[in-house]
Amino acid sequence: MKPPTETDILSDSAETGVMENPAVGIDQSAGNFSYKMEYAFDAGTGLSEDTIRYISSVKKEAPWILEFRLKALKKFFSMPMPTHWATKDLENIDFQKIRYYLSQGQKPKRTWDEVPDDIKKTFERLGIPEQERKFLAGVEAQFDSEAAYSNIKEIVSKQGVIFVNSTEGLREHPELFKKFFGKVIPTGDNKFSALNSAVFSGGSFIYVPPGVKVAQPLQAYFRINAENFGQFERTLIIADEGSEVVYMEGCTAPKFSTSTLHSAVVELVALKGAKIQYITVQNWANNVFNLVTKRGIAHEDAEIKWIDCNIGSRLTMKYPGVVLKGERARGEVISIALANDGQHQDTGAKMVHAANNTTSNIVAKSISVGQGRSTYRGVVHIPKHLKGCKNNTECDALLINTNSRTDTYPAISVRGDKNSTQHEASVSKVSEDMIFYMQQRGLTEGQAMSLAVNGFINDLARQFPMEYSVELKRLIDLEMEGSVG
Amino acid sequence: MSQLEIKNLHVSIADKEIVKGLSLTIKGGEVHAIMGPNGTGKSTLSKAIAGHPDYTITSGEVLLDGVSILEKEADERARAGIFLAFQYPSEIPGVSIANFLRAALQARLADGEEIDASGYYKRLYAKMDLLKIDRKFTSRAVNDGFSGGEKKRCEILQMAMLEPKVALMDETDSGLDIDALRIVADGVNTMRGPGLGVLLITHYQRLLDYIVPDYVHVMYDGRIVKSGDKTLAHELEAKGYDWIKKELATAKA
Ligand SMILES: Nc1ncnc2c1ncn2[C@@H]1O[C@H](COP(=O)(O)OP(=O)(O)O)[C@@H](O)[C@H]1O
Ligand SMILES: [Mg+2]
Repeated sequence: MKPPTETDILSDSAETGVMENPAVGIDQSAGNFSYKMEYAFDAGTGLSEDTIRYISSVKKEAPWILEFRLKALKKFFSMPMPTHWATKDLENIDFQKIRYYLSQGQKPKRTWDEVPDDIKKTFERLGIPEQERKFLAGVEAQFDSEAAYSNIKEIVSKQGVIFVNSTEGLREHPELFKKFFGKVIPTGDNKFSALNSAVFSGGSFIYVPPGVKVAQPLQAYFRINAENFGQFERTLIIADEGSEVVYMEGCTAPKFSTSTLHSAVVELVALKGAKIQYITVQNWANNVFNLVTKRGIAHEDAEIKWIDCNIGSRLTMKYPGVVLKGERARGEVISIALANDGQHQDTGAKMVHAANNTTSNIVAKSISVGQGRSTYRGVVHIPKHLKGCKNNTECDALLINTNSRTDTYPAISVRGDKNSTQHEASVSKVSEDMIFYMQQRGLTEGQAMSLAVNGFINDLARQFPMEYSVELKRLIDLEMEGSVG
Repeated sequence: MSQLEIKNLHVSIADKEIVKGLSLTIKGGEVHAIMGPNGTGKSTLSKAIAGHPDYTITSGEVLLDGVSILEKEADERARAGIFLAFQYPSEIPGVSIANFLRAALQARLADGEEIDASGYYKRLYAKMDLLKIDRKFTSRAVNDGFSGGEKKRCEILQMAMLEPKVALMDETDSGLDIDALRIVADGVNTMRGPGLGVLLITHYQRLLDYIVPDYVHVMYDGRIVKSGDKTLAHELEAKGYDWIKKELATAKA
């Protein structure tokens, strides 16, 4: 693990990072800084019923939500850590040492001018307001537990699109969101979805009316500023019949000496013929436990596509899934994971076929550097009574230096003979000769490794929106430069 | 005019001495051919000069324009003007030739300077025309699934774009049919000039009919055992390497 760095002062990389390339992407490379904050609302350290009641009361929630939270807390305490299959590193999380709720208030501002200075400075350094003006239909910027800013372009809201944070969503539009809230991912799905259900705060609630195609992406940015903090955003996106939406999320946190927890739940619902694309480029500092549950339900002729890029964090466990509920529904997971020294990327995908003629596609690429470790876990389930279902799974691993480790656990259960699956896996290495070849052309060792990695993911990165593939490349460059001794 | 001086060079791989005291000076504008049987240390020589980490230089010097390059990393040597056309070029999946060369040129610019994209492509296409390479070629990933001949052409294209001071060309003729050989040779011949010194490593005389060397050296068991002009290559072709071996044996006796 890299040593902790000074976080109160501006580091050089942070400063040049923002300035260097203001025109492209969300500059997540500049994440290693934080400002000292006085929080108006603080649930204190540790987790109990009181923590839950505090969170619920400051949010002025309806009784059913408090009930939901308290039940979830019980569930969380009763469930064991999944260490029988997952890494023992999970045991190093001390849930009583985490702060579960920190905010300056529950109502996000609609203009950047109203956002408190320190918070505004943070997002300006990350380039968010500028990106919003350029190419986004709406932005939600979450700072620790709550959205500090949330706005949607008028032209989009006029179409009836709702884009608010979870607190507002449950308060202002209960009839709309209650129907699906916690239905795609039940509280007890896993220990961390239970934890999120108990303490969730922030995240986006989106509703796109029938037939509306949101032309520009909606973006959420999740920023952890405080030490010993846990961020538990909750996102629910409902795309009504025939609608289309692209949602992008970015995340950063400064490098603290103690560990930080990020445990989100993201539920997607694509109704008949709708399309949802959910894109993540995360660059957590390498002391963040990132334990996220993401799943979508695709109805008849609907399509859900997860694009998931995991860079950074100490441990990421994330397996985006799609339940293919209606005929001809399509699900796709495209994931890229980069595990550098001291990091473990435990990622994968889950496809549950529940109707005829549904198709799913999984392409997972992992890169392990130095002592970094990548694990792929996949589940593809096609029951016997279905016909015309197809799955394609591809897992490719790239190893850079001999210490790194990669494991693949694909579980494909296909019953009956009226369905087809295809599975390919490969492991390749960046050899010393390949690096030498590139160095002989004048590239530094770091540039050579970075180019090798970018080549490895090139076919996937090309499918990403321009701003994100540029940002991804920059993050990889930084990681690889940093990994050269 | 630049020059590369190799002075009494000794190179080992895994504690086994392969190059055993080799001296040679290549001036700008000159083409030196090194010929010798397989396993004699020709590739070792070129990789050691280029800075491959597996090859240890135990003694001797290599100077580029009077400055030692042995303390420099491989990439610094490359940027200083040393180019190695590999006998076995590596494949770089997913990285197109155009992007690779662009990155290589970008690496030669000062911090903050950006390569001019349209100027770059203009130059690239001009060099490709010169080498009779199809435009589609540069969108393919570097050496990935290339035939032997394509790999060698890709090396020559890179050399043409990077404009080195010294080119070490390791068996660039191997794997080429006669047409490809002619194109590659034409390319090298057009690059010949006072700005470029060439060390042409080859097993066969054939290449030297197309790229006519100023000097020919015979390498055997890690040393240069005989030097001469282009007629030496013909002599070798006629008499074979055994002739050199016998001569050496008589000299020792
Ligand atoms: N990487 C290596 N590891 C071990 N031995 C090597 C390596 N490269 C070359 N050699 C040995 O060094 C000697 C010279 O090889 P090389 O320089 O490739 O000769 P040439 O190019 O003249 O055919 C051979 O005996 C070969 O087996
Ligand atoms: Mg050789």
